[in-house]
Amino acid sequence: MADNLQLNAEGKLKHFLSIEGLEKSLLTEILDVAESFIGMNDQQIKKVPLLRGKTIVNLFFENSTRTRTTFELAAKRLSADVLSMSISTSSTSKGESLLDTIRNLEAMFVDMFVVRHAISGAAHFIAQQTAPHISVINAGDGQHAHPTQAMLDMFTIRQIKQDFSNLRVAIIGDILHSRVARSQIQALNTLGVAEVRVIAPKTLLPAHVESLGVSVSHSLTEGLKDIDVILMLRLQKERMTSALLPSESEYFKCFGLTEDKLKIAKPDAIVMHPGPINRGVEIDSKVADGPQSVILKQVSNGIAIRMAIMAMAMQKQGVM
Amino acid sequence: MLEIHDLLNKLEAGLNRIIVERQLTNPLMIGIRTGGVWIAEQMHQRLNITEPLGLLDISFYRDDFSQIGVNPNVKPSQLPQHIEGRNIILIDDVFYTGRTIRAALNEIFDYGRPNQVVLGVLIERDGRQIPLSPDCVGASVTLNADQRIKLTGPEPLAIHLQLIDTVA
Repeated sequence: MADNLQLNAEGKLKHFLSIEGLEKSLLTEILDVAESFIGMNDQQIKKVPLLRGKTIVNLFFENSTRTRTTFELAAKRLSADVLSMSISTSSTSKGESLLDTIRNLEAMFVDMFVVRHAISGAAHFIAQQTAPHISVINAGDGQHAHPTQAMLDMFTIRQIKQDFSNLRVAIIGDILHSRVARSQIQALNTLGVAEVRVIAPKTLLPAHVESLGVSVSHSLTEGLKDIDVILMLRLQKERMTSALLPSESEYFKCFGLTEDKLKIAKPDAIVMHPGPINRGVEIDSKVADGPQSVILKQVSNGIAIRMAIMAMAMQKQGVM
Repeated sequence: MLEIHDLLNKLEAGLNRIIVERQLTNPLMIGIRTGGVWIAEQMHQRLNITEPLGLLDISFYRDDFSQIGVNPNVKPSQLPQHIEGRNIILIDDVFYTGRTIRAALNEIFDYGRPNQVVLGVLIERDGRQIPLSPDCVGASVTLNADQRIKLTGPEPLAIHLQLIDTVA
């Protein structure tokens, strides 16, 4: 996929589709701008006029609560007009109907699409097809990428750990099907952490996973040693029925994060999860609600990071 | 030539006068990043204001966002939570078109409704584009269109007159 599609002629962000192809300096700039939006929480009127008069459409072809609401809030705090649409994907001619939807919305003078779709590459496709002045943000496409989730995770990590260079980060769970994991791995490696370690059963790891720039462990008790940051992934229930795993309880026994297992990691390790949490499947409630969990901080940070990305993608609109 | 210490003295005297005239009790001083903060730090000390200096970054309130985009060096504003009913002394380094002050006022009012706002600047230059003007100045100057004033600091504070490279 053409990743420079994401940048305009001046090298500034135009679309935000995946972490791949974006340089460390740009990711750092996103984190810095988001930092300033956090300060806005002190304002009586939590709004800045940056995107006044702009129209943003959230196009959600797949269910989402957190991502859609935080995108919506972020757009509103930037003073944009925002429309959230949940669209069923039951149509057989998806490609065609997707383009039709886009054309119709373009005719309503939209400035930005925030897209979630079950098919990998959907946001890229829209970015390629849409009118030149429109920016596209990927809010999750198939098993490909979820770059804004990865950036809010990076923001949360930096907020607590300050510096990336000495960190050992573990990603635990269904790496094979996870767009979140793919984007996290790219972001962590671009920002230059000491180690990204994936911990999962063999059936939930892609072939040649090491080529993504990670080390691999198949044991939680082994893999958690020396870890500073634990990124949990949601285990989708359908993985049980597809015979990749024996049972939920078996999975919890081997890969569920409990208080005892957490003690293996560094004492100041933080626990993160993109949500929604399956309590008692991938994570114990005592850990999810415990002192090392920063899961709700991630949600708050999601607003600031999405504000930063939307504002940066909309700057100098029209410069190609 | 503009001598920084004379300008600071004159601005201080002007602020002292206006505090009395306008009865600015318990004033809150706010500096606009970056140069305005350097001047505000000096005034804050000279006027013996005890409450910490407020810092304002107007990047998100600028009216030229669609032309110049987000300032990558933007920093969070640091204002007290209660602006409501306060007497504010707003400080900037150079007053030129007035657009910075418009943005600053918009941002301040998003934190609450102040009682009074007065504006002090080190240097006012010609070229106003909107109907705003400072209440106290260290100096007023007239410059050619291709000239601009640049402040460097915070230690040492210095004023430079530069020619704008119109090609770039």
